[in-house]
Amino acid sequence: MKDNETKDLLPTFNDGPLAKNLSRRKFFGWMGASAALMATAASCKKGADNNDGVDLGSGDIGVLNYAYALEQLEAAFYVQVVKTPYSGISTQEMAYLTDVRDHEIAHREFFKAALSSKAIQALEVNFSAIDFTNRTSVLGTAKAFEDLGVTAYNGAGKLLVSPDYLTIAGKIVSVEARHAALIRDLISPGSFADMTAVNAMGLDGARAPKDVLSIASGYLKTKLNANNLPTS
Amino acid sequence: MNLQNILSEIEKTDPEVYDRLDTRRSVMKNFAKASGKIAIAAIPFALGSMFQKAYSSPTAPTDIVLDTLNFALTLEYLEANFYIKAVASGIIPGGADISALTVIRDHENAHVNFLKTAITAAGGTPVSFTASSFDFTAHGTFPTVFSDYGVLLAVAQTFEDTGVRAYKGQAPNLMTNNDYLTAALQIHSVEARHAAHLREMRKANGALVPAGINLKPWITLNQSGIATSAVQASYNGEENVAQGGVTITNIGGQAISLAAASESFDEPLTKDQVTAIVTPFFA
Repeated sequence: MKDNETKDLLPTFNDGPLAKNLSRRKFFGWMGASAALMATAASCKKGADNNDGVDLGSGDIGVLNYAYALEQLEAAFYVQVVKTPYSGISTQEMAYLTDVRDHEIAHREFFKAALSSKAIQALEVNFSAIDFTNRTSVLGTAKAFEDLGVTAYNGAGKLLVSPDYLTIAGKIVSVEARHAALIRDLISPGSFADMTAVNAMGLDGARAPKDVLSIASGYLKTKLNANNLPTS
Repeated sequence: MNLQNILSEIEKTDPEVYDRLDTRRSVMKNFAKASGKIAIAAIPFALGSMFQKAYSSPTAPTDIVLDTLNFALTLEYLEANFYIKAVASGIIPGGADISALTVIRDHENAHVNFLKTAITAAGGTPVSFTASSFDFTAHGTFPTVFSDYGVLLAVAQTFEDTGVRAYKGQAPNLMTNNDYLTAALQIHSVEARHAAHLREMRKANGALVPAGINLKPWITLNQSGIATSAVQASYNGEENVAQGGVTITNIGGQAISLAAASESFDEPLTKDQVTAIVTPFFA
């Protein structure tokens, strides 16, 4: 991935009205507008609604498989990062990225074990756009993945029926947010929660699965079918 | 007109008024509890709230949702007031440090405003606190909180890590309302970003980081990374490595250390646990 593409991967969330001026109508209107924006983004993605690819399933199992898919992608990325460190990597950066790799492997293996026979297959990744020898390329991709993961879990919480699964998703998403903050600070100190991640109301992003997968699919050879996932 | 007269009047147009009130036992209980404390002049408002709850539609936010949002608002007031005083303390180094704490202060203020708006929109009454509601020395436990930068950062880290655990623990209480659940999650991850950055700041600063502790943006075992036992309650339980009946250490034949297993999942705190942690910070 080129540096400038990374920057544009995630839209800014800072264009909502200020919370202090929000009336009830505006409050829910903003929520609705976000949903509409996401729906528009999803409808623009060619082939988003076809039935090709690995079926993530329905209900809570589908949501967990969706998370499992994202954790597979993240884990595969950091395994490669640690295996072939970018040139000029510092000892501290290597230690951090090794920790992150282990966390993502732990997440991946957790979902695999929890889903058991309901788990989707191991996914094939496509990292051809990433230059693993280049710090900017690697950290730019890491930032995109971590921010994407945060918005994915934030958007998936409401899709879950089981409070236990919601709690576990919550246990993971805050670790992803810690990763996102650290990676952002490695790229640009102080950017841990800047306005490209957190809007004027102090909220992180939240994305629907189809919007997350339309971004993630650029890094996956295996096609995923999210058509049976819950939508609310 | 006393309460019985009001109810009698309502009964003429709604024969089921007593059933409605009775099936909302918590409303009556809360009213009885509150009426012991509130001023006479406030009773009409309390009554209005009681009837609003009794007659609210099935889709209206429930008491548990409003209580949870008010609990979150209480924590956000605590954090916002802390950072307002911290940024104004004059002891924060210029440049990156003051910039970061200002960003965090602004987020916490935004959370206060967001939750106030959300609670009001849901027909609830937001709790309200002012600067004088708080004692950030925790009644003498941190006497130098606004004169010693290391202490200030340590308290900030503890607030953020505790906030993450508090939101995580409350999320299931918001499951009946998708909008509020999602918004709470969107705040939760921002608190985690703050926590990570404050940990980086403390690592760079070095003050109050115990010898031999490698402070990271994530929480290792139940280590606070702060050289005092006063904050330990905010970290107890973080050493958990069993998730949903699955042991994370060396899971699936992977070399996942005990430390990494604990770091990879943050743990929730109950409302009671959080209340016990933050109560000393209220005046």
